[in-house]
Amino acid sequence: MTSNIRYKSRIPVKTEDSMEEKQYVGFATLPNQVHRKSVKKGFDFTLMVAGESGMGKSTLVNSLFLTDLYKDRKLLNAEERINQTVEIIKHTVDIEEKGVKLKLTIVDTPGFGDAVNNNECWKPITDYIDQQFEQYFRDESGLNRKNIQDNRVHCCLYFIPPFGHGLRPVDVEFMKALHEKVNIIPLIAKADCLTPTEIKKLKDRIREEIDKFGIKVYQFPECDSDEDEEFKQLDKELKECTPFAVIGSNTVVEARGQRVRGRLYPWGIVEVENQSHCDFVKLRNMLIRSHMHDLKDVTCDVHYENYRAQCIQEMTSKLAQDNRMESPIPILPLSTPDVDTEKLIKMKDEELRRMQEMLNKMQQQMHDKD
Amino acid sequence: MAATDVDVFSNEEKRNLSLGGHVGFDSLPDQLVSKSVTQGFCFNILCVGETGIGKSTLMNTLFNTTFENEEASHYQNGVYLRPRTYDLQESNVHLKLTIVDTVGFGDQINKDESYKPIVDYIDTQFENYLQEELKIKRSLFNYHDTRIHICLYFIAPTGHSLKSLDLVTMKKLDSKVNIIPIIAKADTISKSELHKFKIKIMSELVSNGVQIYQFPTDDEAVSEINASMNAHLPFAVVGSVEEVKVGNKSVRARQYPWGVVQVENESHCDFVKLREMLIRVNMEDLREQTHARHYELYRRCKLEEMGFKDTDPDSQPFSLQETYETKRKEFLGDLQQKEEQMRQMFVNKVKETEAELKEKEKELHEKFEQLKRMHQDEKRKVEEKRRDLEDEMNAFNRKKMASETLSLSQPLKKDKKN
Repeated sequence: MTSNIRYKSRIPVKTEDSMEEKQYVGFATLPNQVHRKSVKKGFDFTLMVAGESGMGKSTLVNSLFLTDLYKDRKLLNAEERINQTVEIIKHTVDIEEKGVKLKLTIVDTPGFGDAVNNNECWKPITDYIDQQFEQYFRDESGLNRKNIQDNRVHCCLYFIPPFGHGLRPVDVEFMKALHEKVNIIPLIAKADCLTPTEIKKLKDRIREEIDKFGIKVYQFPECDSDEDEEFKQLDKELKECTPFAVIGSNTVVEARGQRVRGRLYPWGIVEVENQSHCDFVKLRNMLIRSHMHDLKDVTCDVHYENYRAQCIQEMTSKLAQDNRMESPIPILPLSTPDVDTEKLIKMKDEELRRMQEMLNKMQQQMHDKD
Repeated sequence: MAATDVDVFSNEEKRNLSLGGHVGFDSLPDQLVSKSVTQGFCFNILCVGETGIGKSTLMNTLFNTTFENEEASHYQNGVYLRPRTYDLQESNVHLKLTIVDTVGFGDQINKDESYKPIVDYIDTQFENYLQEELKIKRSLFNYHDTRIHICLYFIAPTGHSLKSLDLVTMKKLDSKVNIIPIIAKADTISKSELHKFKIKIMSELVSNGVQIYQFPTDDEAVSEINASMNAHLPFAVVGSVEEVKVGNKSVRARQYPWGVVQVENESHCDFVKLREMLIRVNMEDLREQTHARHYELYRRCKLEEMGFKDTDPDSQPFSLQETYETKRKEFLGDLQQKEEQMRQMFVNKVKETEAELKEKEKELHEKFEQLKRMHQDEKRKVEEKRRDLEDEMNAFNRKKMASETLSLSQPLKKDKKN
């Protein structure tokens, strides 16, 4: 359910005054129509979780979507993990809430960062993301586009261990390999081992290091200037809270007379949905309740377009080199300049440049004379 | 010399006598104690764990003081060890404490070589002690023993199992040093998860043959408590130097929004157990084990490498002196052989070079001869040509003179005609 319905719908009220009826056109109902159609069509979302083993990724996913996706999981021993390679495992579930259907795909990356030698352990992940882009590219350029399945990864949650002093080299390398292919949202995992001061220090450190290394994490879109103050304040708080420090839980405990998701310790109970305990609620709101569609949009408009442009450029440069007109994939006739026109253009460019130089020289001479 | 106890008096009859009164040699342990107190004690701890896992904080908490320390960065190129020595005193007992930190452990992307600096460091300390022991003029009582007595291995609280790096490193270290594995930052694991985690860790260590330090159970005074502590390994610890007010006391604790984790509360974490075991009960045993087991193993391996044996092929006990002599002779023999070889090589080389030079000389000679011959040929030819030319010139001159005389007589004839 969307929490902020920021459009106002008006159903035409039948009054005796016919003048009003004439002035009312009725396209204010468009948002309603969009809403109806989208509910009928259903939504899909692909979420990737990445991070070392034991960071609480599965627990967090279960807490986010209030279901149990990892029922019969088998974990590897330390011995088996010495030379482990990274796998990609997809779990797809269909969930429904208030008539809205969501096809949720969680892409898991077991084995990331677990081996002793983790050189290029992010390669299977980047390959997977590129594969999905490539497949969508082919589908989009095909002849029958009725049932395109969008398997592109819309968001990647990266779990940073809270035991260190900031980002580690493997974290930096992973994020740099992926920041131009997918929306990365870094999270501080297992935040119940950090006191509030420590959390703040770690968040500042991580933000600093993200800037320093030039990592482009997902940025929340700026809110419009005509939003009310409360919303702007919330938005500002959200932005200052990144990276989110999260805690997940598979169990329900009794706290303050209520049954809540939490972790029971001898010294107290950590409530997952308590805002003063961790940022889980902020993450959930951001990921599901307000920015899910924006994540999809950024994936389609920015990351996918980058990939597509790069792909096409590579192909055209290859075509120009080979001087052949056969293309590896069935694309519609693009306006690719053929070799002759290019040569012509180059020549004309040269001429222009020469004339420009001559003009400059003449101008110079005139100045000198003066 | 041998490692087993030699019963010197085995041939003689031993008799047990009862004393008629109080002699007083029951004060021997006290004398030993006062001697060691005056000498001071020495203890060396090695902390192995990822950056930021809480090694320095735990040391501060254990010894209730603040050892100066800068935060390590995650971006070291490799692992290096940082030993620091401190002098502590409690009542009248002096302790020379050395804490060795592993900086950069677990941070690199390729951790294949991470265990090497640690193993090298431990071996170096053993080597130094061995060198001191083998010296002619040695002062072992004065020697600052830097051998590592205990390695605290910090395991990250993932809740699943050991990391692959942990397993590989502990396997390399278990025959060189006493290892006590501890679960760091244990306030992130709930009780039920902790129980499962400990069992998983111990079973992984056992199934991979990693020998961690077992608290000794042969001394009745401490066997009971040691046995029960052995069952609690690995210890799940929480470290803190900050004080929080709980009830009406100020205790070392960590303050969270959902509660306060007290470091010295046994139901919160195993810190008290670790302190008991490490410092209050078994410190001396750790030093003994290091000397009697790990160091002796190192020494034996090293000396065997050098060629020393306890028994020669005839199973007669060798003395160190004889072994020295034989080794020395061998060494000198080797040296001589090498010298001979080098000389041979040198001579051969000289011969070769001489032969080459001779050949070159011959070649040059030949060339010279050839050139000379050519030169002479040319000279001859030139001479011939010159002679021809001279002949021609003479002939021409004669002809000229002849024609001149002819022309002289011609004009007379012409005149006569006219």
